[in-house]
Formats: sequence, structure tokens, C-alpha cells
Amino acid sequence: MSTATVSGAWHFALVGPPNSGKTALFNALTGSRQKVANYPGVTVERKAGTLQTPGGRSVILIDLPGTYSLRGRSPDEEITRDVVLGRLAGEPVPDLLLCVADATNLRLALRLTLELKRLGRPLIVVVNMFDIARRRGIEIDLDRMSAELGVPVVSAVAVRRLGTEELLRRIDATVTERQIAPIAGWTAPGAPELRAAQKEADRIIGAAVKRPTQPDTLTTRVDSVLLHPLAGLLILIAILFVMFQAVFSWARPLMDLISAGFDALGAATHELLPVGLLQSFIQNGVISGVGSVIVFLPQILIVFLFILLLEDLGYMARAAFLMDRIMGGAGLHGRAFIPLLSSFACAIPGIMATRVIDQPRDRLTTILVAPLMTCSARIPVYTLIISAFVPETYVWGWINLQGLVMFGLYAAGIVSALGVSFIAKHFFWREEHTPPFMLEMPDYKLPNPRSVAINLMIRAKMFLQRAGTIIFSMMIVIWFLASFPRPPEGAQEPAIDFSLAAMIGHAIQPVLAPLGFNWQISVALIPGMAAREVAVAALGTVYAIEGGKEAAEQIGQALASKWSLATALAVLVWYIFAPQCASTLAVIRRETGSWRWMAITFAYMFGLAYVAALITYQVAAALGAA
Amino acid sequence: MSHHPQPHAKPLGKARRGFRGRVHTIDVHGHANGTAAELERRLIELGFVEGARIEVLHEGTFGRDPIAVRVDHSTVALRRREAMAILVT
Repeated sequence: MSTATVSGAWHFALVGPPNSGKTALFNALTGSRQKVANYPGVTVERKAGTLQTPGGRSVILIDLPGTYSLRGRSPDEEITRDVVLGRLAGEPVPDLLLCVADATNLRLALRLTLELKRLGRPLIVVVNMFDIARRRGIEIDLDRMSAELGVPVVSAVAVRRLGTEELLRRIDATVTERQIAPIAGWTAPGAPELRAAQKEADRIIGAAVKRPTQPDTLTTRVDSVLLHPLAGLLILIAILFVMFQAVFSWARPLMDLISAGFDALGAATHELLPVGLLQSFIQNGVISGVGSVIVFLPQILIVFLFILLLEDLGYMARAAFLMDRIMGGAGLHGRAFIPLLSSFACAIPGIMATRVIDQPRDRLTTILVAPLMTCSARIPVYTLIISAFVPETYVWGWINLQGLVMFGLYAAGIVSALGVSFIAKHFFWREEHTPPFMLEMPDYKLPNPRSVAINLMIRAKMFLQRAGTIIFSMMIVIWFLASFPRPPEGAQEPAIDFSLAAMIGHAIQPVLAPLGFNWQISVALIPGMAAREVAVAALGTVYAIEGGKEAAEQIGQALASKWSLATALAVLVWYIFAPQCASTLAVIRRETGSWRWMAITFAYMFGLAYVAALITYQVAAALGAA
Repeated sequence: MSHHPQPHAKPLGKARRGFRGRVHTIDVHGHANGTAAELERRLIELGFVEGARIEVLHEGTFGRDPIAVRVDHSTVALRRREAMAILVT
């Protein structure tokens, strides 16, 4: 089912403030018949789906980014404005606007409705979550509201199967003709218009809505614990701890399964194909390249499962509230917290999760520093070097020295991320005023499993389709560098020694020499661009150890005999900062929509890595560790 | 709009947890030129119009900032800095 302009399809747009249950309604109306892409030139998601009305009309429904008004303060809101006004290139003029309102919280949505009504286009107000409102004793007179607004008003329960039937029937009655012309002569409302509209909305609510004298206190009572100055922070930490654990331990069996599957597939191909270039290309280039990407999928899904659940529950706004002051000190938005935390698993889902930050500048800062968080791919490198060089002794009798070094590496990542964002905020973007932190805290709601499942599926598809293609092509390049030219007949040394990667390694070794890196390290850094942990296998290859990752212990022994302590420390420090991950760079390119930010990330991380490793090596050498 | 608030109107940015009242005026004059107009529109869009009922529900851990404010039937989190523009009685 294509969402391209099928002849005869009608175009409807869903508009509404954040937290109005707009996406839940979209999921209820379109089910899995959805397609997510980006609007051209921006990183705003275009969510479109198809549906059939009872009257037999086929409709393409667009779920527009949530907004309180058409003023367009952010790229997301500009898209909403331009689509609604019918002036976004490539998007048809909507035949109908559906304005979604949360039945328990009508004020802001009705003000938006009045703003939309001024446009003079077919409009239906959908009072969503009607069941929750009724349970709370809120009585809404839909006919009265409709008469006061001068717009059809329909109730809906998006989370229930039959909750949208009335809406679909009403659509057939309301929409009679197609809209072709964009809306001309629109101007953004100023404060007086907004104020007048809000007062009019409040008047209509006063006339059509009866609320119990006792407001819903469940959310307030839960918040008195979850937003408690001390208990709230501890609970947040506990939630994050569980999430962290889940990302590491729940994902592990699946990740092992996936890599075992790809290893088996690679081995089978190895058997089937004759020895030679094609075999190497399929096994090492294609299969292990694809495998090294797909292996991240379980972690990405778990991170997104947590994010979706916390978001739908209404907790995400609370986490931002609790963390705003702490993050604000470093120039980050409260909402940057979860994406940065996810980056401990892997920067890729972390960078993808920055979409929850609505200020473009704040989002960009978060994307820039996310790769500094110690991702799980650094762990194999860290453990290899630590176990080879740091003695397993105890400090003060109970602190494991190896664990302490590991902790230090994590801490260094966090501190440097905060430092970089601080510098970015105060030295590069200082002309910008600190954007205000203002957000609505929705009432707590139980997440709808179907909606969560649909969103999770969309994330998985997006990751595999789009990042997959870029990452995959980078893998091919790296395979090519590590495989060509071929070793001469009868060569005893590993094939990689004759490759372009080795030549580049040798060529850049003088540059890396002040860091104490020998040519073997320099060579291993090149395939290590595919993914950090690949460097471990690559070191195994260049030191001519058979068995790759399984021989980690042997590699450790080889390293201990061939590297000085100063070199080992310099490599550790290098890995805190170095942009050693093609996948992350590809995702930054995609999420920022520009090569420039990818290049800036690469450059600043490379600079930090070089300087920090240089200082480490030189100081350690001066202290006699060379 | 009058820029001389009545003596009993005080900025929401100085209100403590448990404070209840109504919005008296929005006065963005303390804010930088480029941001004042935008701040006023934003506050209105979040429901801070004259007469709206206000209750300070929660305060942040550090420096009692930000604050969570009940505005009629919705809850809005904002920093005290921006809340200074909301005069309440």
C-alpha cells in the first residue's frame, strides 16, 4: 500500500497539542498501515497512514507534530503549520483537519481549535480519551461545545477497538469536497489574539463542561512521591538502573544469538564458496558487515521500549523536570538526560532518542556529546587492555583496581561530555538566549500495548532500512581497505599486512607515534572504524593470532609483552574520545541531516582523543612507564 | 497593559510550594528584548491567561527550581526565571 498520491485518495491531517493522544488516535485509525519517512531537508518525521471510511472513501492520514499553535517555533511546528496551510512543497492541501483534544484537559486544544477555525477549512474536533474523562466525573456536552465552537465535535476512545467508529461516520458527513488551493494571507497570531482566543475557549468550556469539585488527585498524589525532591531523584535513579541492566543483560542472549547466527551463516558461505575474493567479500564484507549492524537491534529495541513506555506513561516530562537543573548547569536540556543515558548502551539509539528534545540547538548539543558516553562496544577494548596491564590488586583492601580503572574510564566519558556541552553552550552558541524550559506534565496514563508495539516496529524498521544502508556501505569500504591488495603467493604474514589498511596504518603511524602507538595499533584502528570492538579482533589479526575474539586472552598476553604501560594507557584514553565508530557517524549524518555536523563531531572527537592520548603517553613516559 | 501591578500581586517565580492564587497579569518586561514577546505568547499558549487558577504543586531538588504549576486543569513545569513574568494574586 503506497502512500504516494494514489489517485482518488483524500488527504486528512491530524493536528493537536502534545499529549492529546494524537498518535494513539493515529495508530487506532491506521493500524500498521503506516509509513514513516522524513520531510525533505529536515529531520522532522513524516508519519502517514491509510484508512477506509465507512462510506468507502480511501484516505491518507498524516500525523503532524504536536503543537500548541500554528506559530511554528521549531522545525517540527513549522512543518505542522506549512502542511495545515497547504504550502509545504510536495504535500497536498489537506481536505480535512482533525484537531485532537484530551477530554480531561481541553483548554489548550480548544484554543488551538479556534486558531484552526479561522482558516475556514473543514475541521472536526476529536475529544479523545473520553472514557477517562467520564470515569473522573467530567461531563462534556458535545452538542453544546459544537454549537459554541461552530465546528463538529466527536468523542473518541483511541485505545479501544470501536472507539473511532463515530468519528469515521462523521468524517463522511463532514467532508464533501476536495481542497486544492493553499490558504493565503495567514499571519501568526500575536499575544492579544492568543489571549482573546484562550478566554473564548475558557468561556466555551465553562458552558459545555461540568467538572467535579474534586479534581483528579491520583496524578497529584503519585507526583508527590515521584517529584519529591529526594525520593523522586532516587526513584529516577532506580528506573535508570533497571533500564541500564535491561539493555546490558536482556539484550545479551539475543545479541549472542544474532552474532552466532551470522557466524554460522558466514561459516556456511565459507564452506560453499571457493577460496578467494568472492568468498572473502561475502563472508567478511557482506555477512559480517550486516551482522555487525543488526547485532545492535536488541539493544535499540530495549532502549526504545523503555523510552516509549516512560513517554506514554507521562514519566518522561517528570524525568526532565527532575534533571533540568543538573543538566542545565552543563548547558543541556532536561530532556537530554534519557538520550545520553541510552548512549551508555550504544550511541546510535541514544542519538535517535534525541528526537524527544524539541529545541533544535539543544538536540544538536546532545547529539554532539552522546558518542562520548561509554558505549558497550568500548567494553571489549577496555577489558582487554585493563586485564593485560592493570594488576588485579585491591586498593584500601576492598576496591578492585581493575574495576576502579574501568569506573575512571566511564567517569572520564561523562565529565568530558558535560564539559564539551558546557563549552559549546557558552563559547559557540552564546548569542542564543538560554531557551526556556517549559513543558506540560500530562496526567499519568497506562501505555497502550498495541500503540507501543506499532511504534517499536517502526523504530526497528527505520534502523534497519536507513542506518543499515549507510552503515553497510561503510562496512564494504572498510572490508575493501583491509583486503586489497591481496597478499602475494606463499606469503607467511597475515593478509591484512599487505592491504591498503596496512599501508594507511604505516602512513599514519608517524602521526600517532607521539601517542606511543606502534604500526600494529595504527593498522587495527582502521577496521576498528567499523565498530570499536572490531579493533580487538584486528589486533589479533595483525599480531597473527588465530581465532580472533576467542583468543582474547592470547591477545592480552601478546599486548602485555609488546606494549609499554604508557602505550596501553594512551590507547585506553584514545578510546574514551576517538570517533571510532562508522555507524555512529552515519546516524549523526542522518539525524542532523548534514555532513557538516558529522564532520564536526569527527573532528572534535579526534582532536580530543589525540591531545588526551598524547598527554597521557608523554606524562606516563616521563614517569618511566615507557 | 498596566506595568504597575497592584501592590498585592507578586511574581509566580517567588511563590513557594502550596501557593494558590490566580493569574493577575503577564509582564515580560524583565526579559531580554528578543525573547520577551515570544515568552508572553508561549505562556499564554500554556494556559497562563488572566484569571487562570494557579497552584504551585512541586519544586525541583536544587534551588527549588524548576517548579510544577497547576494551571486550571493542566500541569506545567517551568523555571522560576520565566515564572517571574507571571504576576499572581
